[in-house]
Amino acid sequence: MPQTRKTPTFQPLANSREIWGTTIFDGCAARRGYALNKMCFSFNEAANREAFRQDEDAYCRKYGLDLEQREAVRSRNVLAMIAAGGNIYYLAKLAGIFGLNVQDVGAQQTGVSVDEFRERLLAAGG
Amino acid sequence: MNSASGCSRLEAEVARIIGGIGTSHIPAIGLAMAKNQYRDPYWKPFFDAYQPVRAWLGETRPTVAVVVYNDHGLNFFLDKMPTFAVGAATEYCNADEGWGLPTQRPFPGNAAMSWHLIEQLAAADFDLTTCQEMFVDHGFVVPMQLLWPDAPSWPVRTIPIHVNTVQHPLPSPARCLKFGEVLGRAIESWPANERVVVLGTGGLSHQLDGRRAGFINKPFDLYCLEKIVHEPELLARYSIRDLIEFAGTQGPELIQWLIMRGALGADVRKLESNYHVPISNTGSGLLLLEKAA
Repeated sequence: MPQTRKTPTFQPLANSREIWGTTIFDGCAARRGYALNKMCFSFNEAANREAFRQDEDAYCRKYGLDLEQREAVRSRNVLAMIAAGGNIYYLAKLAGIFGLNVQDVGAQQTGVSVDEFRERLLAAGG
Repeated sequence: MNSASGCSRLEAEVARIIGGIGTSHIPAIGLAMAKNQYRDPYWKPFFDAYQPVRAWLGETRPTVAVVVYNDHGLNFFLDKMPTFAVGAATEYCNADEGWGLPTQRPFPGNAAMSWHLIEQLAAADFDLTTCQEMFVDHGFVVPMQLLWPDAPSWPVRTIPIHVNTVQHPLPSPARCLKFGEVLGRAIESWPANERVVVLGTGGLSHQLDGRRAGFINKPFDLYCLEKIVHEPELLARYSIRDLIEFAGTQGPELIQWLIMRGALGADVRKLESNYHVPISNTGSGLLLLEKAA
């Protein structure tokens, strides 16, 4: 019998099931999160980051964030921000104000310490 | 020998694609460069892999870089999100993205060549947004810094092409491969003696958001790095959803690599390929393809 080498192949999946732990930023999310994302977009400017630091809730209200979005921001809860329509690229600018990088944000969302999260990433290379 | 027609002269003055490069563009790389961490044990293997690519660029001396990337909320907001946007400016500025990456010096453009590409792509039914002013973010800037880290001034003129990977629906992998094919023909019909390198930036697998954050798929990344060389059509079969399942929410950035690959045409030679995981939250791919003469 000739030996067959097993190389992984990845066939197209052709399904539309939800992917666990994953939000696709579609039109529905974009509508839901517009105010929140617009506020985060403003943080490209240093003066706006400073204005937010001075009075977070006033800044959120100025951009028309609803109660759920304001509470998500107040509690620094990234999963709640995503549930309220936040897009990660814009949320990253807000996280930067809080001094959080993408690994801090990853750890928070997955409920592990930053060290554990880094360990998981390293394990992906194994 | 005298050329009565002057044809030989005209034939010489057509732009030629010399090759393509696939590379990660994540901000952590820019921050590491800003902190001069080239020799840091975490970063050294990653940066070292770029040495042969830089040597190739030094030998082949491209004059134009077409940079295919996605904007992450510097130039475009969700108020208006183009699927494909082509820069048509004489200069592109970087700017503050909000989280501490140092702003880089401006990049020279090639507006006349941009308009030629726009004309050709539109003639092939690709509907574009044209940008005579355009900020370029880390998706464009980090690869330029990685490839030309010590250049006193940018040695190439640039043409940025933004692909929407932020607001779904995104363009399909098949559409992007086709876009690349048309782009390649457009570049090589530009009547000027330019040597062009096409950069496909982003990827490979990563997921920043949600409970699945930190998802990396090394076998899939290696499969993509292998197949994109001679069988890119295998990757063009995927849906965007497939790419998210296999490679995470930011995994669809592979479509920028497919545009690069499409531009090179059928005959390519792989000169370098490297995979390093993790870099920040990302499986980082590097690929250098030379276009067969």
